[in-house]
Amino acid sequence: MALLEIENLVVEFQTASGPFRAVDGVSLKVHEREVLAIVGESGSGKSVSMLAVMGLLPWTAKVTADKMAFNGRDLLKLSPAERRKMVGKDMAMIFQEPVASLNPCFTVGFQIEEVLRVHLGLDKAARRARAIELFSAVGIPDPAERLGHYPHQMSGGQCQRVMIAIAIACNPKLLIADEPTTALDVTIQKQILDLLMRLQAEHGMGLIMITHNMGVVAETADRVIVQYKGRKMEEADVLSLFESPKSNYTRALLSALPENAVGDRLPTVAGFMVDEAPVAGAAQ
Amino acid sequence: MSQLVLEARNIVRDYHLSGGLFNKARTVHAVKGVSFSVEKGKTLAIVGESGCGKSTLARIITLIDPATSGELLIDGNKVDIGKETLTTEMRRKVQIVFQNPYGSLNPRQKIGDVLGEPLLINTGVPASERRDRAMKMLLKVGLEEKHFNRYPHMFSGGQRQRIAIARALMLNPSLLVLDEPVSALDLSVQAQVLNLLADLQDEFQLTYVFISHDLSVVRYIADDVMVMYYGEAVEYGSRDEVFSNPQHSYTKTLFAATPRADVESIKARLAKKKAA
Repeated sequence: MALLEIENLVVEFQTASGPFRAVDGVSLKVHEREVLAIVGESGSGKSVSMLAVMGLLPWTAKVTADKMAFNGRDLLKLSPAERRKMVGKDMAMIFQEPVASLNPCFTVGFQIEEVLRVHLGLDKAARRARAIELFSAVGIPDPAERLGHYPHQMSGGQCQRVMIAIAIACNPKLLIADEPTTALDVTIQKQILDLLMRLQAEHGMGLIMITHNMGVVAETADRVIVQYKGRKMEEADVLSLFESPKSNYTRALLSALPENAVGDRLPTVAGFMVDEAPVAGAAQ
Repeated sequence: MSQLVLEARNIVRDYHLSGGLFNKARTVHAVKGVSFSVEKGKTLAIVGESGCGKSTLARIITLIDPATSGELLIDGNKVDIGKETLTTEMRRKVQIVFQNPYGSLNPRQKIGDVLGEPLLINTGVPASERRDRAMKMLLKVGLEEKHFNRYPHMFSGGQRQRIAIARALMLNPSLLVLDEPVSALDLSVQAQVLNLLADLQDEFQLTYVFISHDLSVVRYIADDVMVMYYGEAVEYGSRDEVFSNPQHSYTKTLFAATPRADVESIKARLAKKKAA
């Protein structure tokens, strides 16, 4: 059985010029122990669809789906209170800007212990012990001392490690990483990706990797979904996507990579785009 | 030998932090004696991570900040903004495009005025000519006449970066400093902007100093590459030399950390995963 199963997800926002469809009929499945990458450019609806799964969209968004089930439970029918119990515990999310997603007014120790208190109800000593354990698991040196630090005292890479520690604090079944390395340097990116892949393997988590970087996809994913303007253009396992992309859009994206440049000008996506039908039907 | 547009000899930049209640005064050595030169019509890429001093160097080259010591020659003329005020002629020669096109345009200024302003400040050309030249430049970077009276918020990121490039070109500079010009852009838009830069370089024989942390972009656009690490140039050579045979351990680390998007490395990774 799939861990997360979404069928025909539609997210609409009410705007001054009528409703705007950010996600238009996306279906996907994530299995346990699987790394799914969702690739697309800005505005392709990749983040919005995952925020819909997490229930983090503002009230202006209208979310509909034929099916949206996590671990056998229907997410559409959950009450907000039940959903809050699930989010952060069984499924967790890491955001793009680590420095901005931590609260600057509290120590990182307080922020990680808050999760442990709310979801697991651990007492003070157990919380602290677990926080130290988590910090060492994500490779933060001198964890006991670091608990007392504020986000501004740490580098971007360290803050992202804290975010990951918070996300995996309750051993989630599904981890959603929304552009986890976009704001980081390449050497730090490598460390964070290695860390995520190690944790994913150790805990047997399902991992959804949202990214626009084809290199990150190639280094992490088992299966890939390519999105464009809110629609799913292609779904394939990682090798066949890079070896023989089926949709024109994927092909255009791959050839726009500077490392694949032929000649002295890059082909641009607009030159490739013909009106292409998105892949219909349920996910594999 | 062709003409050197930019030559830097042993550039040093220190920042003195005055002490506060809790901190002692100290000196940060942001750039520690860097030398390089760029020929006309060529591109030098400066690669490094955040905090390695590459943006400090960009500010020195663009004549925004003075160097603490060292010599900077632009078109063969020695420039030191710490000692003398700059002529408008020198200001004209070097222009910069910043990383974030959302932050580098004034939201209350129409695009036509954005493009006309360098002329207004640095030259005495009348308003009608300013308008004509701004319009021409707008078309040159792939925008349309109707965009002239619009405000920055009405444009996408890629279009804004085109505007920023157009603004930098208004004074016919000989050297253009590009500080991470495509890192805020989507892949397809990145390709368009890189193509535009290549077209403009061919047409005006522009010289670029291209600052980036993205090695795949650097490999595509650069003639020469300089790798910086903690304020020092640890590697400097032609693109092919640096990419095929990196000498310094940091450069090797950098190459190893760059994700590869080719079929062979995916196969290798999947095989490794299966074995584990």
